Formats: sequence, structure tokens, C-alpha cells
Amino acid sequence: MAEGSNYDYLFKVVLIGDSGVGKSNLLSRFTRNEFNLESKSTIGVEFATRSINVDGKTVKAQIWDTAGQERYRAITSAYYRGAVGALLVYDIAKHATYVNVTRWLKELRDHADTNIVIMLVGNKSDLKHLRAVPTDEAKTFASENGLSFIETSALDASNVESAFQTILTDIYRIVSAKSLESSTSNIEPPKESISVGITQDTKQQQGKTCC
Amino acid sequence: MRERSIRSNRRQKFFDCLTSEDVNISELRKLAWAGIPVDLRPLAWQLLLGYLPLPASLRAATLARKRSEYLSMVELAFAPGRESLDQQIWHQIEIDVPRTRPGVRLWMHAATQRSLERVLYVWAIRHPASGYVQGINDLATPFFQVFLSAYIDSDPENFDPSVLPKDTLDAIEADSFWCLSRLLDGIQDNYIFAQPGIVRSVKRMAELVARIDAPLHAHFTSQNVEFMQFAFRWMNCLLMREISVQNTVRMWDTYLAEGPDAFSQFHLYVCSAFLVRWSEKLRQMDFQGIIMFLQSLPTQDWGDHEVELLLSEAFVLNSIWHNAQSHFGAAK
Repeated sequence: MAEGSNYDYLFKVVLIGDSGVGKSNLLSRFTRNEFNLESKSTIGVEFATRSINVDGKTVKAQIWDTAGQERYRAITSAYYRGAVGALLVYDIAKHATYVNVTRWLKELRDHADTNIVIMLVGNKSDLKHLRAVPTDEAKTFASENGLSFIETSALDASNVESAFQTILTDIYRIVSAKSLESSTSNIEPPKESISVGITQDTKQQQGKTCC
Repeated sequence: MRERSIRSNRRQKFFDCLTSEDVNISELRKLAWAGIPVDLRPLAWQLLLGYLPLPASLRAATLARKRSEYLSMVELAFAPGRESLDQQIWHQIEIDVPRTRPGVRLWMHAATQRSLERVLYVWAIRHPASGYVQGINDLATPFFQVFLSAYIDSDPENFDPSVLPKDTLDAIEADSFWCLSRLLDGIQDNYIFAQPGIVRSVKRMAELVARIDAPLHAHFTSQNVEFMQFAFRWMNCLLMREISVQNTVRMWDTYLAEGPDAFSQFHLYVCSAFLVRWSEKLRQMDFQGIIMFLQSLPTQDWGDHEVELLLSEAFVLNSIWHNAQSHFGAAK
């Protein structure tokens, strides 16, 4: 438990996307290096963390994995609050899950902070023979919508590390730039000038991990 | 020696109760509360759920009617072909059925999976306000296993139901459907839009825990732990993600004995007792530790004894607090 307190930044990230695209396995691959072909559906939300190094700083990701089914949307969207990053996952072998990306983006616009960093993730890249979503198409869509983009396979572990590393680094750059900005301004209280509620969250958690 | 004679005495009482011409339901409830013998469970559950009529003379006809009614619902839903199924519902069921009790042989067999698909789909289209919601698949499994056990001598979890005669498999499936329906009737609010039944239960659970274990409640508050973050699943899947199916089956003996509200009301007390059980450990943990611990509780070794202890704790809570609900809110 004490391990939890050794970090410089704490970022809350959500995993969203249609049911069955592999969100939970992406999370277990990243946090425990595990993949389970026989995993159960996620009910509500599940939680995991991992710390990584960015520019010599320890960045701790607090990741909330959400259930994909529509019925859970009312419950899970509460978890978007305070999230500074979102991995929006689809299955490269199931075109419908890619089509729904637009709906998920709307969900984020409606419930998440406006400055949330979003990465589009095409998972199951190991299923080459079943590919239904061309890489270029998704890449174009992502850049048109201001999202970063990557294809991953939680099964063979390719790019999973890189996906999380990239989004956490992106968030870190934004946050550290903002902190710099805010430290030079004497008028505004820091909490106000730092968007997406990161510092607030960090402080709260740091203050409480000393048991 | 003495224990064995108590057990055989209890068994005899059960047997007498279940074989009487007109089953005395209050006696059956009283007996079932403390657990039902394995071989008598299929009959006892169906009586307790009100699926089977209490007078023995009416049962054969009722069963025949219910089973054929179910078969015609299946026929009606599936005969026009896959394309005419409700695609959204069917899609979700197709994703979830293969990941229902993954790794357990019974549930990996095609025959079981097709049965489960039909049960879930027929239930879903008959309940459009909720439709199929993830987790309902879990709730169907105890019924199927218990009813299957009536027809076989081996462990249901290792059984391939495709070796059964079609009539038998149809009967197990139909009985499972009707009993699942009865159970869900009492908790429909858990699965409709915004899941108000769960929201309400989790809120009441938090209020109750504030009263029965103030230090734990305070610790959660100080760590920003919200009950929704872990208890949502406890309500949605009736603790089936936290304990084994064997544990669940034993728990349902008592729930069914408690009556139709037990899956929403009594369950709340069970969940509270379940949480408070780990209080000492939890109070040493920070936010992350608490959430992670509650996501994978050490209940793998739980047998009947642990479940029964939990049920008696819940019983005590229920008798103290159930008629004192107005005091709940005042705690904070």
C-alpha cells in the first residue's frame, strides 16, 4: 500500500468503448502483464494502477475500466469526472465497434472535462486476417478529431505499453506546462488555472496515502 | 455421531415436508433457511419460487403447461431466423454467453451455451424496459446447474448436457427460464434505465454501514471511497462475482426462504455484513488498497460454514434495522 505514495503525478484515466473490444485485457496487460482469453464481462467499473517514468518523474496512472454495455452508461459516465485521459477502444475486426467511436466521443463531450486527452485505440491487431477497419481510415479519423491513435494487441502485447506511455506522456506535458504557467501567476489560485482537476486530485490522494 | 443424527433428522423433516400432499410453505421456508439438501433442492427451489404449486396433484399439469409455453416462446422468437432477432439484444447476449463461467466445462459446451442464449433472449424481449443486462447471465447459472443435477449423478459442472434426451434438456431450460424470471421480477429496478434499484440499495447500504461500523464508514469517507465504486457489482450480480456458485446456491436457499423481496432487501443486509467482515483490514488501507482488495476478495476457500455465518449476521442486522429505516438517514 505504501507503494502508492511514491509518485510525482497522479493521473486518472478511463477506458471506454463497446462491449467485447478488449478493454479489460488492455488494462491487465498494462498493469499486471496478464492476458485472459476467458475473462468475464466487466460490471460497472474496475480499477487498477501502474506507475511509469516520464522525464525522470514518476507518473502514476489510476485507471478505471468501464463496462461497455449501453445500460451501464449512466453509472460509468460518473467516472469521467476528473479524468485527464481516455483510451477509446474499438476492435479492428469488428467494424460496428469503430462506427460507435463517434457515439463514445459524444459521451466524453457530454460528461468529461473539455480538456481531456483522448487516444483512439484499435485493439486486437493480432487478428490480421479478420481486419475490418483499415489503419489509415482510423488514423485519418483520429487526426481530424484531434485524437492520438495507435493499434494494439492485448493478446500478443504489442503496443500496449506504448499506448499508455504515449497518453500519459501527453497528459504530463500539458499538466507540467500548465503548472509552470500557474506558478508564474500570482493572482489566480493554482487550482483555478490548472484545468482538468489534476492538481486537486493529486493533492487529495497524496495527502491520504500516508497510513 | 450426534451431528450426523441431527442431519438425518433434518433430512427426514425435509423429506416429509416435500412429499406431503399439500406442502406447508411456512414449514418449508423454516427448513430451507438453514440450507436445503442437494437432492431435494430442485423441488424445494421451484416450490419456494412459486413456480410449482404446493398441492402435489397439480404439479405435473402445471409443469407440462409451463414447459410447453416456454418452448412456444422460443419457437416464436427464433423460428423467423437470426435476421429477425432484436439485433442489439442478441449481439450483447452473443458476446456474453461464451464468457459466462469461463473455464467451467458445463458452460463451455455448445448445448449449454445455446440453452443460455435462448433463456436470456426470451427473457429480454419479454422485458423491454430492461432488456438483457450484463450480469443477468450470471444469475441464470445456479438455476441451470441445480435443475440439471436432478437428472444426473455426476458433478453438473463437468457435464456435457448434449448427451441428455432432448425432452430433459428442454425441461431444464424451461424451468431455469421461469425460475430466473421469478427472481428477476423482484429486482427489475436493478436493470432498467439508470439502474435506480441498485442506486437505492447502494445508498441504503452506505447508510446502514455508517450505523453499524462508523469507523469503517469514516475511513472510507476520508479515503474518498464511494460505495458505488465496489457495491454496484455486489448488487448487480448478487455477489456472484465475489463468491463461488456453490456459495451462491447455498445463499439462495436462505434468500428463497426469506421470500420474494430477499434479493433486494435481505441482500442489502448480506452485503453490509459482507463488507463489515473485512473492516479491520480495510481500515488499514488507502484508497487504492481498498478498491483493489474489494475487487478480488479472498473468498476462494469459502464453504457453507462461511456463507452461513454471513447469513446469520445479515439476519441479525435485518431484524434490528429493517423496521428502523427512518433512522438510517439520521446517521450522518
